[in-house]
Amino acid sequence: MTAVAEVPAAAESSRPVAVRRRKRVRPARVVLHVFLTVTALVWLVPLVWAVYTSLRTFADTSQHGYFSLATALTFENYENAWEQAGLPHYFLNSVIITVPAVLLTLLFSASVAFFVSRFNFKVNLFLLMLFTAGNLLPPQVIITPLFRMYLLIPLPDWLSNGSGLMYNSFFGVIMIHVAFQSGFCTFVLSNYMKTIPHELTEAALVDGASVFRQFWQIILPLCRPAFAALATLLTIWIYNDFFWGLVLFQTGADRPITSAISSLQGQYFSNQNLIAAGALLTAIPTLAIYLALQRQFVSGLTLGANKG
Amino acid sequence: MARPRPGQLPTLDRRSVLKVLLAGAGLAAVPGLAACGSGGSTAADPNTVTFGSNGSDAKPKQAYQAVLDAFAKQSGGLKAKPNVQDHQAFQQNINSYLQGTPDDVFTWFAGYRMQFFANKNLLSPIDDVWDKIGANFPQAVKDLSKNPQDGHYYFVPIYNYPWGVFYRKSLFQEKGYTVPKTFDDFINLAKKMQGDGLSPFVQGFGGGESWMLLGTFDYLNMRTNGYQFHMDLMHGKESWSDKKVKDVMDSWKRMLPYYQAGASSKKWEDASAALVNKTGGMMVIGMFVGQSFTNQADYEDLDFFAFPEINSQYGTDAVEAPMDGFLLSKNPKNPDGAKKLLEYLGSAEAENTYLSIDSSNLAVNDKADTSKYGTLQKKAVQFVADAKQLSQFGDRDSDPGFIQNVVEPAFAQFVQNPNTSDSLLTQIQSQKSQYFQS
Amino acid sequence: MTVITDAAENVAGAGVPGSGRVRRLTGRDKIVLGLMVGIPTLLHVVLVWVPTLVSVLLSFTRWDGIGGLATIKFIGVQNYSTMFTVSPTFWPAVQHNVIWLVFFVLLPTPFGVFLAYQLDKSIRFTRFYQTAIFLPVVISAAVTGFIWQTIYDPDNGLVNSILGTNKPGGTYIEWLGNSHLNLWAVLVAASWKQAAYIMILYLAGLKGADPSLREAAALDGASEWQTFMRVTFPALKPINIIILVVTIIESLRAFDLVYVVAGTNGTKPGLELLSILIANNILGESSLVGYGSALAVVLLVISLAPILSYVFQTFRKEQQS
Repeated sequence: MTAVAEVPAAAESSRPVAVRRRKRVRPARVVLHVFLTVTALVWLVPLVWAVYTSLRTFADTSQHGYFSLATALTFENYENAWEQAGLPHYFLNSVIITVPAVLLTLLFSASVAFFVSRFNFKVNLFLLMLFTAGNLLPPQVIITPLFRMYLLIPLPDWLSNGSGLMYNSFFGVIMIHVAFQSGFCTFVLSNYMKTIPHELTEAALVDGASVFRQFWQIILPLCRPAFAALATLLTIWIYNDFFWGLVLFQTGADRPITSAISSLQGQYFSNQNLIAAGALLTAIPTLAIYLALQRQFVSGLTLGANKG
Repeated sequence: MARPRPGQLPTLDRRSVLKVLLAGAGLAAVPGLAACGSGGSTAADPNTVTFGSNGSDAKPKQAYQAVLDAFAKQSGGLKAKPNVQDHQAFQQNINSYLQGTPDDVFTWFAGYRMQFFANKNLLSPIDDVWDKIGANFPQAVKDLSKNPQDGHYYFVPIYNYPWGVFYRKSLFQEKGYTVPKTFDDFINLAKKMQGDGLSPFVQGFGGGESWMLLGTFDYLNMRTNGYQFHMDLMHGKESWSDKKVKDVMDSWKRMLPYYQAGASSKKWEDASAALVNKTGGMMVIGMFVGQSFTNQADYEDLDFFAFPEINSQYGTDAVEAPMDGFLLSKNPKNPDGAKKLLEYLGSAEAENTYLSIDSSNLAVNDKADTSKYGTLQKKAVQFVADAKQLSQFGDRDSDPGFIQNVVEPAFAQFVQNPNTSDSLLTQIQSQKSQYFQS
Repeated sequence: MTVITDAAENVAGAGVPGSGRVRRLTGRDKIVLGLMVGIPTLLHVVLVWVPTLVSVLLSFTRWDGIGGLATIKFIGVQNYSTMFTVSPTFWPAVQHNVIWLVFFVLLPTPFGVFLAYQLDKSIRFTRFYQTAIFLPVVISAAVTGFIWQTIYDPDNGLVNSILGTNKPGGTYIEWLGNSHLNLWAVLVAASWKQAAYIMILYLAGLKGADPSLREAAALDGASEWQTFMRVTFPALKPINIIILVVTIIESLRAFDLVYVVAGTNGTKPGLELLSILIANNILGESSLVGYGSALAVVLLVISLAPILSYVFQTFRKEQQS
């Protein structure tokens, strides 16, 4: 048992101690910090520029240009974007799509990963190939047949937000996200599960635990770091998607926020400051998730089964 | 999901296999069938009409809402429920929208773009609606609301907006410019403006706005070769490598040196700032350019003239005036209510309500109230009324896929490399057959 | 060296039990397992692979996407011949996809690896650096596109304002409008994301690697570069392959950013990409579904090469055990 608990934690805890022992203040370190600081700042410039633009009024920038000192900074654009684009409503749509999609993807890929990593059936290799390759396909390739298929699949009203079809339903969009994303997650999770010693489930098996209990009570809890990492990535991908949200919905009010934000970009009139504010607002949820799960993020993302 | 058993395959020829597989994957969906199926689950409310709108910008959104509210007030219990979609997304998805579960009534454009869907059997004819509203509209508008292929009405118009060459009266006065009558005058004026340090032709077709280029081409073609040739070219009946089209490109080449710097990377909204702050001279654009003028005094200083004459045979007869309006989908859930809504939308009252909020467009209804129109709008109404022919717009008079994927990229290329025009025209011609089949 | 890789393989192999264990499953267990694998697999196959195969079939037809089966016309390889011989946008698109790929392989990807390697040194403020650099990945492509438009705007954009190249008549650079420049401008924007993405993936790989390797090498007096090239990099072979595949696939699938910058209306000269051509032909009012599908098949075939070679690389080991 103790050996197991250490596995996921090993990457985080053991190394810093080892390295710290040799730590000295060297010029190389200073150079490194300067380099990293400069890089980080350069990487931030586009965002800072957008933030700056969003805090200025349209009147100010149209008179003085964007590359000028602001006469005043205001949150006016944020308020307007929030109201004009009806952001709260679309945020809710995004949540309705993203949360179930992330949870289902994790559940499904954990199931498949459990199977391919813990049991030596002949189909394992084939399954992994199928999922991994499928995940890498360009989405444009499948859109026409998928759309037609969605038009043919009836759904009860409570699942289809009233459309009666897989098309134009939250359920349909959630399903395509799950189908697509489960490839990458299955791959990562199966690698992760392989690092969990086999004695563990074996002991449970001897105790007469069912396969489901092994999965639910032993393996899943141990995969928490990997789940944190994947949940972060999945949230980023699914929340940020605008392709499926655009193509599979016909009811404008049901679209997720990333598809809806373009309505701020008027056909005949555009207010850059307003769009900047709206755009930045949409980025807040993913940013929050990333910051919240950041600690687990890197350590949980075991991509190669190469841990010593 | 009936998939063919492997054993069946050898007995079928390739084509049948293909069809079986396509059917298996759901491609057999017959438009309308799906709509029927969904009608069952969402019981049609006899008091509601659904209204699909592409008016996602602030003004149109507000204006349509006002019209629908006014409709509800006088309809005796009938309401219209709007489904507002992003303008660009609506067009992008119209194909799936119409084959899926479209709203009863929806916004669209007149011209080939409407006829295309009528011919594909995705719309309902509304001759009975026109029996009631017909007296409100002039002949040219009536013609544009019909599908010439089957003679039925499909479209209820609400407004149009003419294209012209827009300029600032005060600037012309100040510099002593006069409105050019012929194309040569036009180019000479541009040259003079350049000498005065102005950007003669204000233009912006950057980002996703390659469509702005079509306005200039349409006018050049109609002035050089006449309305009929232009329409035939747009409908795929004339050759793009014809000498006549080459002449058009040659005229266009004379304009290019006077284009505003950065035209291919700016959106027209940004480009038009040059018209607002008087650093630019003239802009070939639609009435909607008025939206860039937030200052009332500047807006009142805005004026336009007809795109100048090139061939005296055609003069300035044709005017480009795209018209927007409404269509009825194939299987509306509430057909009677939908027709009542369309009838209302064809009334002067609806038009007045709409234009009182979105004033950058012009009424097409003879009975609409024009008493509050400003000088520019009054002039524009007259301009359209005097036109011998009305064209819609490059991407409305032709197959939109052809225009977007073949013509617009070629024009965008042409503006950057004018010398390649001949080969670009040949390329357009060789790709045409993918879109127009006889 | 060999010791290291063998060790890694042993760990991977240790996860796979002997076949004897399978026999101990009860009937109910088998059903549970069947469902656990069956449902996700069915969903994946039905929603991803079936449509893919149908697209391959559609590529031999002419269809505007409207109407039932009767409106689909089989035309053999005509779409392909049109694509290869007539279309003026196909070959530029292929060329731009290749440039995209080469650029990604040469610049942002190695830079991301380099950053990850530096950030793995357990230095102070590492979380700040990591967060700042990773931010672009968090933002949607639509927002990224918008941000870079304000940076590249010829009059008011940040770049031209700083360089002083926003004066018409003098020097005036149209980053997104000039067909010789726009691809490079977009590539810079795309690299902003790509380097960050690669950095985080590689960092995850490094954290998972055995730290004693590097220390041992360092103690032997090897320089940092030598340590990296001879010890760390080879030991990370699985992650290296992933990085390579991610880079290739991202280059081939590149879509969102260009779609936002160049607009949904047709293609912009200089920015033709296969994915954009597919979207333009398949979406929209009068679509050429057959032709768009043929383009998709070309992209599919090109994508399958790295996908398959990667899949074989990764799973060959497991097959052996």
